[in-house]
Amino acid sequence: MAKTLYDKLFDSHVVTEENGTALIYIDRHLVHEVTSPQAFEGLRLAGRKPWRISSIVATADHNTPTNGWDKGLSGIADPVARLQIETLSDNIREFGAKAYFPFMDSRQGIVHVVGPEQGATLPGMTVVCGDSHTSTHGAFGALAHGIGTSEVEHVMATQCLVQKKSKTMQVLVNGTLEKGVTAKDVALAIIGKTGTAGGNGYAIEFAGSVIRNMSMEGRMTLCNMAIEAGARAGIVAVDDTTINYVKGRPFSPKAEQWDAAVAYWNTLHSDEGAKFDATVILDAKDIQPQVTWGTSPEMVVGIDGKVPSLEMAKNEVQRGDWERAYAYMGLTPNTSISDIQIDKVFIGSCTNSRIEDLRAAAAIAKGKHIAPNVKLALVVPGSGLVKAQAEQEGLDKIFTEAGFEWREPGCSMCLAMNADRLASGERCASTSNRNFEGRQGQGGRTHLVSPEMAAAAAVAGHFVDVRDLS
Amino acid sequence: MQAFTQLNGLVAPIDRANVDTDAIIPKQFLKSIKRSGFGPNAFDEWRYLDQGEPGMDNSKRPINPDFVLNQSRYQGASVLLTRENFGCGSSREHAPWALEDYGFKVIIAPSFADIFFNNCFKNGMLPIVLNAGVVDGLFNQVAVNEGYKLSIDLSAQTITTPAGEVHSFEVDAFRKHCLLNGLDDIGLTMQQQDKIKAFELKHQQAQPWLFN
Repeated sequence: MAKTLYDKLFDSHVVTEENGTALIYIDRHLVHEVTSPQAFEGLRLAGRKPWRISSIVATADHNTPTNGWDKGLSGIADPVARLQIETLSDNIREFGAKAYFPFMDSRQGIVHVVGPEQGATLPGMTVVCGDSHTSTHGAFGALAHGIGTSEVEHVMATQCLVQKKSKTMQVLVNGTLEKGVTAKDVALAIIGKTGTAGGNGYAIEFAGSVIRNMSMEGRMTLCNMAIEAGARAGIVAVDDTTINYVKGRPFSPKAEQWDAAVAYWNTLHSDEGAKFDATVILDAKDIQPQVTWGTSPEMVVGIDGKVPSLEMAKNEVQRGDWERAYAYMGLTPNTSISDIQIDKVFIGSCTNSRIEDLRAAAAIAKGKHIAPNVKLALVVPGSGLVKAQAEQEGLDKIFTEAGFEWREPGCSMCLAMNADRLASGERCASTSNRNFEGRQGQGGRTHLVSPEMAAAAAVAGHFVDVRDLS
Repeated sequence: MQAFTQLNGLVAPIDRANVDTDAIIPKQFLKSIKRSGFGPNAFDEWRYLDQGEPGMDNSKRPINPDFVLNQSRYQGASVLLTRENFGCGSSREHAPWALEDYGFKVIIAPSFADIFFNNCFKNGMLPIVLNAGVVDGLFNQVAVNEGYKLSIDLSAQTITTPAGEVHSFEVDAFRKHCLLNGLDDIGLTMQQQDKIKAFELKHQQAQPWLFN
């Protein structure tokens, strides 16, 4: 029978199955400082050891500062944050890992940037991490999703996860994207269509000509945002783009293993005629650069659009949500998106902090300067290696000459656990993934956009259509 | 894990859709390396008027009188009634830890985000999906009846209203079994370790590069 890619990945990892509840084997376990300490403590209390240490790749990212690295660990002003970062090092020392990139290591960075960059994420793998944006790794034709801390402990102890099979959704994006329209815009346009609950209970496979023509970094951006559509996992079929990206990375297979791996990876696509439980179709020509206006990623419109009015809400519950969103965001219905002035800009996060993102933002910022009303424009590379690559290409100079701050890698102002955050009432053009109330700082107002759109907003001081800049 | 069997509990309503885990427990509290003590900071940004930080004496902070859980009639609530897609966003298990520590054992909504839903069961909490119409009706009942309680029976999979109306709910058989008996997932899985080892061996032969 014709199988979907999700079925192939799931079925090939089933250890046992009873009444629809399966035990699935986990190939790669990514670990960071925030959701692991209680899991390690649980192992310690029960006298358990990790089942397979070689599956664990760890780094510190959520809490790490993006400046003051010359002072080392003592540069972390918050003692609670410092303890959590040190606790990860202590735990890895005690329990072990295949690889650990601690705070300030040249390869440290956001776990979802580091994994693929190191070749620690491979096609056909099951990948978990105590972080919802683990869906990112599905870009490689891997089954990857976020788990809670109890499950982090469970995977460490047993190498398995108790799972029920998800339903499958195919999201087809056909046609060709206009210049200036990016993977981020595709992701936001999809969420605008499905809603943030649309993917609940589903694994999404992204397909169609737009995805086939997308780089691996674009596919990672897209799969990263699957969780914002409600789907724990987003997947893209393996093709030459995938294989070329993986080749030669530190943990990628070598020599004869490489050939065997490639032969297997080339089977990782949905079979002709495979049935999905749901299908969503978008046409690339309808996708403009997107800007969120509210406090949920589904509250999104094109750059030509306006903040919607209450009559457009689908029901009473949504009316209530929108009214609260207007008040929180300090916006009135029918305001043109291009009239919204910003205070800060954040370019970074596991969604958009890879080298292509930085190149695209730098191309917009080159030879220009951030607007006088923009108090801070941060560029936070996704990893130490992305940072080094960008510096080699001179991108850091382009950004700093344009008035941006060039920082050290980490999650930074995407979730504002470190010192990088919005003050109450500040409005930010952000390349991150969540515009929830308080996400980037209590009272802070987030508008999600692509790196190009964020850079363009930094220069103009308000949102502008990047398509008009070339 | 603590078992869950039955509960007759006071209901508190949060009339919002898409309540995310950042709202349930803001990020600054995730710096803790412990599993307990998150209750006083559940819904921190909605509940207090000042900006919360770890280590503050929460009893001295200014309370937001407009936030529903601060109303005296909802003190001691153990059943949370809310709207669709509750628990969306971050996978932080600190969200169910905070709700459980606050006192909630049951959450009723038309739908939940997948990761949050799953995390609840790991902590002896029962998330219940009821259709949106029934949830609407419960919101109306709670609004007009101070001290409104619901009786939840996991074994029978029923919710009974004070008027004697019974609503059935679905729950996965395995999760129900674990919750009723307070079973530790890891212990159960370890009973399958021979099967895991056999699978691992076969998997390694087929894809040796996964084990480098």
